[in-house]
Amino acid sequence: MAGLTHISDQMRAAVGRSTGPRVSFPVSESDIRRWAIAVYYPDPPPREFIDADAAARSRHGGFVAPEEFNPFAWMVAVDNQSSDTTVNDPDRTERMLGVAGPGLRYQLNGGQEVEYGEPIRPGDVVTEVSRLASYHEKEGRLGLMLFTITELTWTNQRNEFVKLTRQSLIRY
Amino acid sequence: MSQVLQPEVGDELPPFVRVTGLDNWNRFAAVNDEFVPIHMDDEAGRAAGYPSAFGMGTLQWSYLHNVVRGWCGPSGRILSLRCEFRSANTKGMTVTARGVVTNIRSTQQGRIVDLDVWTEDQEGRKIAPGSASVLLLA
Repeated sequence: MAGLTHISDQMRAAVGRSTGPRVSFPVSESDIRRWAIAVYYPDPPPREFIDADAAARSRHGGFVAPEEFNPFAWMVAVDNQSSDTTVNDPDRTERMLGVAGPGLRYQLNGGQEVEYGEPIRPGDVVTEVSRLASYHEKEGRLGLMLFTITELTWTNQRNEFVKLTRQSLIRY
Repeated sequence: MSQVLQPEVGDELPPFVRVTGLDNWNRFAAVNDEFVPIHMDDEAGRAAGYPSAFGMGTLQWSYLHNVVRGWCGPSGRILSLRCEFRSANTKGMTVTARGVVTNIRSTQQGRIVDLDVWTEDQEGRKIAPGSASVLLLA
């Protein structure tokens, strides 16, 4: 086992580096509606996510997105993280940092932890900065698995903290 | 009408239950741009080592938020949530998101309720175990 690793010297040297920012398009009411419908399907979502009157009566006084809403799906207004890679490319993390990835075939979301700040409202523009926090490896059922921890910090157009995500990507 | 929560350690959250498959996953793929073969195609799921296509970890993540939101409603604000994605949500599974109150603490922000949260399959096997903290609002 000695010496067997997916982590190259280049990858190790990239730990701590940031990419970004990515900037979302303004969030719309219907972005929030569609998200809520999808995550509560087949039952209807809580009214405050789909109905303007119910949202207005809520403690927020209007629509807010479910906490886990993703304003970066499909397209973004500014993407300084882009490179010659796609969102589902297993080597995306490294390519965005300008280094070669491990070339593994499969990737899974290993888990995440999030601290929440200000909610996302219609009209909000969210900025994300991503930082490669660490790598580690573990032997698993499917071979040597590479765990990559990435930190994503989101702020809104008022520079208010929206959330911090620590994400674990498993590749094998 | 908001109802003031009076939680106690050991309280169980009302569960959030869904029978899962392509109906759920395709809708989620459509809002999260997550059209990945392992989530759409049984062959791709089997090639990745699972018995079928399987659902997104990010949808389990939403189910965990749903169970917490369903419990606290407007009386609480989710401060943090974490989970591991420990096993796959394969086709046809009944996924239940659950939670239990583990601690209640007074802080400068107010009363914070700590929860264990998880999703499980119909046999009670955990898919995405984690924890959350919720600030109780007056």
